[in-house]
Amino acid sequence: MHKILSKRELAQGTVVENEIEAPRIAAKAKPGQFIILRVNETGERIPLTMADSDPKRGTITIIYQVVGKTTALLKSLEVMDSIMDIAGPLGTPTPIENKGTVICVGGGTGVAVLHPITRGMHQAGNKVIGIIGARTKDLLIMEDKMEKATDELYVCTDDGSYGHHGFVTDVLREQLTKLGSAVKEAVCIGPVPMMKFCCAVTKEFGVPTMVSLNAIMVDGTGMCGCCRVQVGEETKFACVDGPEFNGHKVDFDGLSKRLTAYTPQEKEAMNLYEKKCACETQG
Amino acid sequence: MAEKKEQVPRTPMPEQKPEVRRRNFEEVPLGYAAEVARIEASRCLQCKKPSCVQGCPVNVNIPAFIQHIAEGDFAKAVFQLWEDNSLPAVCGRVCPQENQCEGKCILGKKGDPVAIGNLERFTADWARAEKDLPLPPVAPKTGKKVAVVGSGPGSLTVAGDLIRKGHEVTVYEAFHKPGGVLVYGIPEFRLPKEIVASEVNFLERLGVKVECNVVVGSTVTVDELLEDEGFDAVYLGVGAGLPRFVGVPGENLIGVYSANEYLTRANLMKGYLFPEYDTPLIKGDHVCVFGGGNVAMDSLRTAMRMGCDDVKCVYRRSEEELPARGEEIHHAKDEGIQFFILHAPLRFIGDDDDRLVAVELQEMELGEPDESGRRRPEPIPGSVKTIDCDLAIIAIGSGANPLITRTTPGLEVNKWGYIEADDDGKTKKAKVWAGGDIVTGAATVIKAAGAGRTAANSMHRYLSWGW
Ligand SMILES: Cc1cc2nc3c(=O)[nH]c(=O)nc-3n(C[C@H](O)[C@H](O)[C@H](O)COP(=O)(O)OP(=O)(O)OC[C@H]3O[C@@H](n4cnc5c(N)ncnc54)[C@H](O)[C@@H]3O)c2cc1C
Ligand SMILES: Cc1cc2nc3c(=O)[nH]c(=O)nc-3n(C[C@H](O)[C@H](O)[C@H](O)COP(=O)(O)OP(=O)(O)OC[C@H]3O[C@@H](n4cnc5c(N)ncnc54)[C@H](O)[C@@H]3O)c2cc1C
Ligand code: SF4
Ligand code: SF4
Ligand code: FES
Repeated sequence: MHKILSKRELAQGTVVENEIEAPRIAAKAKPGQFIILRVNETGERIPLTMADSDPKRGTITIIYQVVGKTTALLKSLEVMDSIMDIAGPLGTPTPIENKGTVICVGGGTGVAVLHPITRGMHQAGNKVIGIIGARTKDLLIMEDKMEKATDELYVCTDDGSYGHHGFVTDVLREQLTKLGSAVKEAVCIGPVPMMKFCCAVTKEFGVPTMVSLNAIMVDGTGMCGCCRVQVGEETKFACVDGPEFNGHKVDFDGLSKRLTAYTPQEKEAMNLYEKKCACETQG
Repeated sequence: MAEKKEQVPRTPMPEQKPEVRRRNFEEVPLGYAAEVARIEASRCLQCKKPSCVQGCPVNVNIPAFIQHIAEGDFAKAVFQLWEDNSLPAVCGRVCPQENQCEGKCILGKKGDPVAIGNLERFTADWARAEKDLPLPPVAPKTGKKVAVVGSGPGSLTVAGDLIRKGHEVTVYEAFHKPGGVLVYGIPEFRLPKEIVASEVNFLERLGVKVECNVVVGSTVTVDELLEDEGFDAVYLGVGAGLPRFVGVPGENLIGVYSANEYLTRANLMKGYLFPEYDTPLIKGDHVCVFGGGNVAMDSLRTAMRMGCDDVKCVYRRSEEELPARGEEIHHAKDEGIQFFILHAPLRFIGDDDDRLVAVELQEMELGEPDESGRRRPEPIPGSVKTIDCDLAIIAIGSGANPLITRTTPGLEVNKWGYIEADDDGKTKKAKVWAGGDIVTGAATVIKAAGAGRTAANSMHRYLSWGW
């Protein structure tokens, strides 16, 4: 059992941040790694990145977007409630070195995954350019933290309600044009289409690009193969070989399609859950 | 006298009827009643040199425990069993008895062997229901601490043996439930999960600590267990949990599963109870399972129970070579599973959304024997067909997961990635033992349990005498 110590709603309640007791995991967590949790006895195992960890307090922080049954159930938990199972840290940590200048691009909840990597890159002595985006101003998360973790931060909204009016790819292209070969690496994390388009841009400029893939997972330890993704000629398991990969080699279209494997069942589960919640509030 | 006994026929196991059980997840064999067990036990000739015992990988003293059943002393029978086998309720259900104990029973030469597995199951089930059975004695505390990694049958045996010898034992399991393949792989209708839970609970009552959600190699390393957490010895029983795929085009389509994933979703996550449980499990209209072992049979029979009428076992060798337990093959056939013998997949075919719709199969014939001594399947030129298939499950074996070996300096592995261990289960790394599937490659429950017992004895010698 893992106690929830804090709960904060971001982006108008569509995103939630929890600090959770998990001393063993907190002692080991590195940027880029994730956990797998199961809320209760009937729950599904879902992967979430550790947005932060505090080995002294023995806690980890997760930031998740509410997209379906499990994340809705997780959001229904309050401070001092417990999550039944958490396993981790899982996945290969991000290789963080001083390379010179790096660009970190994040979209939507991807910014939560991007932040610890950005901070790590900055602490390692890199000059870090940050670009973050959201559909609209109210859905933008972690601007303050990204501000601290970067040398320069650019903000974009699709609808122009805040910062640059347009996509993160526009700003990415501008920066790459301006800085040229000074940029040694790009890290792009967000929705699959965003990562795909960012990679198309960085490829033009020949800048190595790392992406973090959110394939559907079960165990997270390499024993089921559910999370397999096509990277170049090879099939990789996102949970152990990743979740980060060379974005120029990833088959994003294949990943997008695999993410729809359970769409009908996810809808069914969510509908049932909402009905049950409605009944409970009425009764 | 022998003559007379042989006249009693082997008591068949009562079972759920195929047309009923093919659509439910309840256990198929129903078990012997006490009187029936005594009659079956009385068939045993109590051989002076019992060949059945040699057939059992851990040499269970079969005539002795059967004698107790015949006499109606079931408590004595179970204590006798426990001396050699820590998991009789499991082994009685899943051992391939026809190749092991029963395959060697003298009565099998002329007629039907004694139903050793059924009797073993009966005894263990009786003991589980018997609330007042005393716990086995536990030796005084030695002050030594042992970490057991993984919680499959090998690990559970090590934990049970060492706690009784007075050592402190903690089991670390990566999944959220202990039991290894017994909970994530073997389905409910063959091995009710309540039985595994009760075995684990029994160990906990003896004092074993079980910590789930600990991925050793990642949450904590073997060296940290030894150096920082004060363990005096470690047993690695992490199994052979790396899925193997065929390597043909289309294998990443939606609807193509490793058996590990399909069975984990079904068993550990209880996907067959979706939406009561949250993990979805696809129900196919045309299911093909590739492979012919126990894992394939479990996948086939699960797919049938999910409500599919067209379930095929696609196997590239001939029927005689199907490696599954005889009982499983027989059960699968009774339940309406079709056998596509001498066929191998060439390509998986998807629609525009990358969902599997068909599979292309190559017909095979048997050629010359290969290294395994079995005749090698070879493609028949020009003999290719395409069949409907929206759920394909790959059950062609598994390999060694490198998570532990990669993070544990000093362990040696063979060319397939399995851990090198000597006859006592000792690895090349000091204070570390290993056994079960991670040493031998995918094998059987009783072999893993046997390896656990051997390792536990060796660990006990080391903990007591330092060697
Ligand atoms: C390594 C990794 C790290 C992640 N980190 C974060 C994070 O920090 N914050 C965050 O908001 N999200 C993160 N995700 C995505 C998150 O796991 C999914 O949003 C979550 O599983 C949705 O579950 P649900 O039941 O609420 O929604 P559902 O209705 O079940 O599914 C919604 C969508 O989520 C995806 N999904 C469903 N089940 C799984 C599963 N078992 N594993 C992975 N994806 C699934 C599918 O694409 C699905 O279409 C991460 C995913 C991975 C693989
Ligand atoms: C579907 C299926 C059906 C089978 N049917 C039969 C049958 O009918 N009869 C029979 O005799 N045999 C059968 N077998 C084979 C038998 O189950 C195995 O040989 C046996 O379970 C191996 O036991 P083990 O002790 O090596 O560990 P396993 O049972 O393999 O368990 C290993 C455990 O270790 C855990 N683990 C792995 N890595 C780590 C880590 N890094 N940290 C912590 N924990 C970890 C795993 O999660 C798992 O729980 C079947 C196997 C399968 C898959
Ligand atoms: S453990 Fe298995 S092989 Fe040995 S006697 Fe029991 S059923 Fe037979
Ligand atoms: S070989 Fe058969 S008859 Fe003889 S002791 Fe064993 S079970 Fe009994
Ligand atoms: S989630 Fe099972 S192998 Fe990656």
